[in-house]
Amino acid sequence: MNFFAIIGRVVLALLAEIGHLAVFTWASISHIFRPPFFWRLLGQQMMRIGYFSLPVVALTAFFTGGALALQIYYGGSTINSESIVATIVALGITRELGPVMAGLMVAGRVSAAIAAELGTMKVTEQIDALTTLSTNPYKYLVTPRIVAAVITLPLLVFIADILGVMGGFIISTASLSFNPGVYVQNTVNFLKADDVTSGLIKAGVFGFVIALMGCFQGFNSKGGAQGVGRATTNAVVTASILILASNYVMTSLLFAK
Amino acid sequence: MTDTPKIELRNVTKRFGSKVVLDNLSLVVPKGKSLVVIGGSGTGKSVMLKCVLGILRPEKGEIFVDGENVLKMSTSEREQTLRKFGMLFQGAALFDSLPVWQNVAFGLIQGRKMKRKEAKDVAIAKLAKVGLGPEVGELYPAELSGGMQKRVGLARAIAADPEIIFFDEPTTGLDPIMADVINDLIIDSVKDLGATALSITHDMASARKIADEIAMIYKGRIIWAGPRSEIDSSGNDYVDQFIHGRATGPIKMDVLKP
Repeated sequence: MNFFAIIGRVVLALLAEIGHLAVFTWASISHIFRPPFFWRLLGQQMMRIGYFSLPVVALTAFFTGGALALQIYYGGSTINSESIVATIVALGITRELGPVMAGLMVAGRVSAAIAAELGTMKVTEQIDALTTLSTNPYKYLVTPRIVAAVITLPLLVFIADILGVMGGFIISTASLSFNPGVYVQNTVNFLKADDVTSGLIKAGVFGFVIALMGCFQGFNSKGGAQGVGRATTNAVVTASILILASNYVMTSLLFAK
Repeated sequence: MTDTPKIELRNVTKRFGSKVVLDNLSLVVPKGKSLVVIGGSGTGKSVMLKCVLGILRPEKGEIFVDGENVLKMSTSEREQTLRKFGMLFQGAALFDSLPVWQNVAFGLIQGRKMKRKEAKDVAIAKLAKVGLGPEVGELYPAELSGGMQKRVGLARAIAADPEIIFFDEPTTGLDPIMADVINDLIIDSVKDLGATALSITHDMASARKIADEIAMIYKGRIIWAGPRSEIDSSGNDYVDQFIHGRATGPIKMDVLKP
């Protein structure tokens, strides 16, 4: 009996949380399209979420591209098809690794920061104070973050694509003795616009997930410092899982033949 | 029309899970009066304020502001009604990312779209009203003492000349002298604005000073209400125990005896 009671309680808590998130998501989206708009805050958030994530995203993409080139070379050489390195690096980075790696890095950096900031505002009643000052907390806090993340993530991923492919190029030409001209030729010949745009669409969705989870966990944190810490952890974990899961779904939809 | 109370709560019930925090609570705040609700920690005082502001939604009951039921309003009507309110939070709840003057001017700039320069002048005037110089306006909330933060919070609450001001534990955490300074400021600013005030506190010295009327909340209900002058002769054992701060009496604290 007790065992079933536990299962029931867990399922109910999970359903309540999903319902809660759905309501929050709907409120967040609906406020994006209704004035007033806080342009100054949007600019601030684009700097924080996009610009300041550049170094970490760039380094991640560059080294991922390099490691990818090495692995494909080792794997390919066992069946005499080393020449495939350029193509697979380009496809792998633009379609999957660029958006996913950038998404996960930004999730760690930005979801955590948003959850900690809004969580602290929540437990010190600053969010309630917004309401008493005729300012909607969704419009003032959530909308700028979500819009900023949805705009900047594709830009970040575009840069990650370039640097990832460049990482593969540098490793291949410098230590695997590929001919630079042939490598570039192989990359350009096989890479299609769709490969890049599919990655950028994914990036936009990841941006939404990152900001949404940060805001949701922050808004729902309670109980002081420990609660804010828990919100921060939950934000990163849920954002990362949703990124990986939605990436799978989008890959299966975008590349369905 | 003068008979319409500024705020009226009728049979308001609010639960968190299975815990009943407000239990059929009814309360009337007459226009232009200062009502102080006293009661121990965890008796539902803050929840009551948040229900009136619409931050929390009660399960049952009606809440009227100027005779209009705020629970039946649309979001935009509700936002319009909220413009009548100002609130001083327990921990001041200043925005720590903004300098003091922008905190005070926040409701004017963001909520009412006033020009920044104009709003800054108003903010400095309001800071002067709570005894703070214009140089304080350039500081950040973290650089201020607790008493100064409370005063900035008060300046922010009165910045938009509200008709109704809520004070949530205005003197908690302050030394007795600063507490009295805050009490005086509250009386002055409410009188200047001709506003209606609803305060919650467990500080009896503060309640006696700022109240026209006092009500006591216990277990989510108002168990006594009356003018300040009658608080000592209420004939209510609960009220007597509370205002004299006795550990023994009808109110039992959940404290395990060693």
